[in-house]
Amino acid sequence: MEKKLATYICTGCGIGDALDIDQLAGVAQKECKVPVVKTHACLCSQEGVDLIKADIDGEGVNSLMIAACSPRVMYDVFRFDGCIVDRVNLREQVVWCQKPGDEDTQMMAEDYVRMSAAKIKKMELPEPYKPEEEFSKDILIVGGGLAGLTAAREVSKAGYKAVLVEKEKELGGFQKKVSKIATFPYKGLKDNDVASLVQEVSADGNVTVYTGAKVEKTAGGPGLFKVTISQNGTKAEHRVGAIVMAAGWKPYDPAQLDAKLGFGQSPDVITNVMFEEMVQNGGLKRPSDGKDVTAVAFLQCAGQRDPQRLPYCSATCCTTSLKQAIFIKETNPDANVFIVFKEMRTPGQAEDLYRRAQEEGVIFIRCQDPEVKVMGSAVSVEALDELLGETVVLENLDLVVLATGMVPVTAFGEDYAKVRARMQQQEGEEKKQEEELEVPQDAIRVSDILNLQYRQGPELPGLKYGFPDSHFICFPYETRRTGIYAAGCVRRPMGVAAALEDGAGAALKAIQCVELVSQGKAVHPRAGDMSFPEFFMQRCTQCKRCTEECPFGAINEDEKANPLPQPTRCRRCGVCMGACPERIISFKNYSIGMIGDMIKAMEVPEEDEEKPRILVLACENDAYPALDMAGLRRMTYNAWVRVVPMRCLGSMNLIFIADALSSGIDGVLLLGCKFGDDYQCHFIKGSELANIRLSKIKETLDRLVLESDRVRFETISITDYDKLPQILDDFAETLEEVGPNPYKDM
Amino acid sequence: MANTVTQSIMVVGGGMSGLSAAIEAAEAGYEVFLVEKNPYLGGRVAQLNQYFPKLCPPYCGLEINFRRIKDNPKVKVFTLAEVESIRGVEGDFDVTVKIHPRYVNEKCTACGKCAEACTLEIENPFNYGMDTVKAAYLPHDMAFPLRYVLDPSLVQSAEAQKVKEACPYDAIELDMAEKTVDLKVGSIVWATGWKPYDISKLDNYGGGAYPNVITNVQMERLAAWNGPTQGKIVRPSDGQAPQTVAFVQCAGSRDENHLPFCSGICCLASLKQATYVREQYPDATIYFFYIDVRATDRLEDFVNKVKADDKLIFFKGKVAKITQDDATKSLVCRVENTMTEELHEIPVDLVVLATGMQPTTSETPLPTPVPYDEYGFVASMDAMPGIFAAGTTRTPANVAECVADGTAAALKAIQSVVRR
Repeated sequence: MEKKLATYICTGCGIGDALDIDQLAGVAQKECKVPVVKTHACLCSQEGVDLIKADIDGEGVNSLMIAACSPRVMYDVFRFDGCIVDRVNLREQVVWCQKPGDEDTQMMAEDYVRMSAAKIKKMELPEPYKPEEEFSKDILIVGGGLAGLTAAREVSKAGYKAVLVEKEKELGGFQKKVSKIATFPYKGLKDNDVASLVQEVSADGNVTVYTGAKVEKTAGGPGLFKVTISQNGTKAEHRVGAIVMAAGWKPYDPAQLDAKLGFGQSPDVITNVMFEEMVQNGGLKRPSDGKDVTAVAFLQCAGQRDPQRLPYCSATCCTTSLKQAIFIKETNPDANVFIVFKEMRTPGQAEDLYRRAQEEGVIFIRCQDPEVKVMGSAVSVEALDELLGETVVLENLDLVVLATGMVPVTAFGEDYAKVRARMQQQEGEEKKQEEELEVPQDAIRVSDILNLQYRQGPELPGLKYGFPDSHFICFPYETRRTGIYAAGCVRRPMGVAAALEDGAGAALKAIQCVELVSQGKAVHPRAGDMSFPEFFMQRCTQCKRCTEECPFGAINEDEKANPLPQPTRCRRCGVCMGACPERIISFKNYSIGMIGDMIKAMEVPEEDEEKPRILVLACENDAYPALDMAGLRRMTYNAWVRVVPMRCLGSMNLIFIADALSSGIDGVLLLGCKFGDDYQCHFIKGSELANIRLSKIKETLDRLVLESDRVRFETISITDYDKLPQILDDFAETLEEVGPNPYKDM
Repeated sequence: MANTVTQSIMVVGGGMSGLSAAIEAAEAGYEVFLVEKNPYLGGRVAQLNQYFPKLCPPYCGLEINFRRIKDNPKVKVFTLAEVESIRGVEGDFDVTVKIHPRYVNEKCTACGKCAEACTLEIENPFNYGMDTVKAAYLPHDMAFPLRYVLDPSLVQSAEAQKVKEACPYDAIELDMAEKTVDLKVGSIVWATGWKPYDISKLDNYGGGAYPNVITNVQMERLAAWNGPTQGKIVRPSDGQAPQTVAFVQCAGSRDENHLPFCSGICCLASLKQATYVREQYPDATIYFFYIDVRATDRLEDFVNKVKADDKLIFFKGKVAKITQDDATKSLVCRVENTMTEELHEIPVDLVVLATGMQPTTSETPLPTPVPYDEYGFVASMDAMPGIFAAGTTRTPANVAECVADGTAAALKAIQSVVRR
């Protein structure tokens, strides 16, 4: 579109008192050649907004620089459809954090106007991504257990179609083996009615069910997935828009347990899963001789909370053992039932079940380290009772039930890193000579569930212990693959109630995904964003940086290593843009050229003016709001800084630093989120990748004979605004010690 | 099947569950009215210093969620609002929402001139009354909406006119009255959350009587930089640094005389708070008095991490009584070590009571009959056709569980209004 620029400067909220507004307007008008420049005492008022609207309607202005408050506020007031809008943050990040009336404050404001003008000249309105193919709004559900069945039912009830793939011959998953369940309100046992759910889903015309089947191949991306399902040697293809991954769990292999727990030493030592199977297949009998069961010991945490085996807690086993114990007591009140536990974990109303078991006469023994003794056909348990302070021996047990844990199915299969290494070895000679950046690889197991046709590997990356989530506190259904949502015990160990809720929750995320994608919009966390990366392929050198670094596996590769972007998989973080050494990746409203021009628009005073300049590249999700809050608190910080927000620090391209330093800016400070095991980056590895890239810039700096101290990376969180002034001052001090950038006067 | 008249959804409660339900439904394309009692969204998580187990700030996730609302005009937010009545059936509810006066209109820019002009101070509700704030105040640094509030006491005071005149933007309306809004909605998500169990009922712990016996929610504010002490954990009685801190678990929870259920989050919350203490006081002795450590799934890792602290004593036993030295305001915890059966009297400087979650619905039920359990939780997500309960309205839950639950409830609410 033909741009007609206009700058509106608000003089309210202290802006007019702290700055020389005429001079500021002059910068927009004369230097930046903005044809329409106006000021208003309160731009966010109806009168102020009307002033802008009149210019849009009357003057045809369509590219607006709103020099007022932070873009994080008055977002609805300054939304003008069809116009490009850039917010110049004069309030929070200039006048509220700088000395009023000071020359340096004025210079800062003027620079931000220059930078905005440079930015808006390079910005275009994004157009939604529309492929030639039609988008599908159907939803694939992998796994026909409780969570998957629920997802299928809920998807259908919301008016969408589902394809349900289950590897077993029948639907129902693990719950098929379970006769009695313990769930809300946890007052006692209930009959399991998974069969009616199976029936409901099977009879649902909106759900296509494949049993005894598997997903052989998943190609494409959200809205455009092509899924190949194989069943009895035949293949079916479905186009789906999103995927609920509810492939479930496997019981921990009891053969791997500590020998002290006696598994395999007597048929009367079984697991909690075997208990369920036994109840269903003819009732509870002593496995060794089929006699009645009158003395039973449950041993909790079998192989769990054990660094050598399953380090985590499977969350459901306490409730399960209570249920099984109550079941025995209800069948035979005279039975001696013991639960040997480390810690009884019955959160919420499940505490009532614990109380119920106590009322039923189940005997609880707190012991960290029980031992099963098998002498011929006799089975006993020795346990140091922490409450009594003495060892109790439970003799003549008919049954010992080991409460083993849950392992997500995504934790099985070969480590994909090994597969990759093998493939690379086969390529052998072709290996590139130039040194490669070490990009942290995702933990992917070849678990044969989704068989994604993704360059970064065939399954969902695991976060920890193989659970395939990415932000398990704030955004629990998200995985590292766009449009694929994990639900049920594959996501975290959970009981019946949580699995039901999970099926519904993940179903909504999938529905949301197909709706947003079909409008050409991004999903979480930039939901609604219509921009997407475009590749200028003529200049691509097939270096694979973008395909390797994308945290979401959004970019495939052809045989010649050309990137094949899949825009619907993209989260719009710009990590690819930051990664590309040829700088061929850009968004309509966020590009290398745009940020480069913003940096170059900064005025760099000559050395003798003794006004150093610091470029701050700040994550817009955390560091930028922190800077705003420092302003809100009227904390004064260094006047040399100029902040450029980044969609994610991972979109930081090294050229920004080179541009800054070669134009005489004295230092560059990167403010990104915490990375590592407890990463806080919304794009998973953005800040980490930025930090890795920095290892490269140090070499470049040395070659330029510039001090590596000129570039600094700080991880800060959104609440670190109290520390920001110090961080900025410290860096400024370092730069003073280093001295002015010699490129300043060139 | 619903007799669908309107496709709008109302979400009651702007804490983690309600916020999630509202945003998730809106991003799926539905119009949502989000009704919140406080002058800001975010509920109790906004008042937390950090989340377990990552020890990351809740503001981080809230910023993303607030941005999702800012970018999505389908969410209409009502703050200082409470639902007065609900009539009708699934697909066709008539709801009356009462909106308390903020005395500040949408012209407010959060410039702070009103607070500058105001000398009257009130107990700061955001900091659980541990400090005061101007009676013209911004609820907290990341308040959403970012708009000031006038306390009614200011409006009635002689200072009111002066504060009004200090506003350059004509944003203060001293005569703003309570008003009601009638909404037509097809379905409702009820997510009014929880309140900390009233510690004054725990008289054996001196709850409310001993200044150095605080609650876990107060501890979050003490540790937060934007809290009453700029993040310094000190004794409320004298502002001194504590040398010994005791976390008393199950203070009211798992107790037939108080809350018989387990509140689910308090073990991890206290262990998280132990890390706050440790960060500020490397030599402090910390006691963690507990019955069972309830750390499900990978939260177990966090317990193991904290256990590595050799000055943090995991003491198995329920504290029977806390006494106070009236001169020093220091405390003694009387507790039986259940492992040795010995009775201990342990002197400490500060006690943090891990008070449990009492469902808000136990005191403020829905204005239409739905089934509750004996503790006042709504008995199931499907409270009644078209009305869905989410988060801690249903069961004690941590943040992740509230998000998951809110999302699930959003889908149920959508199903009620979808035209088929």
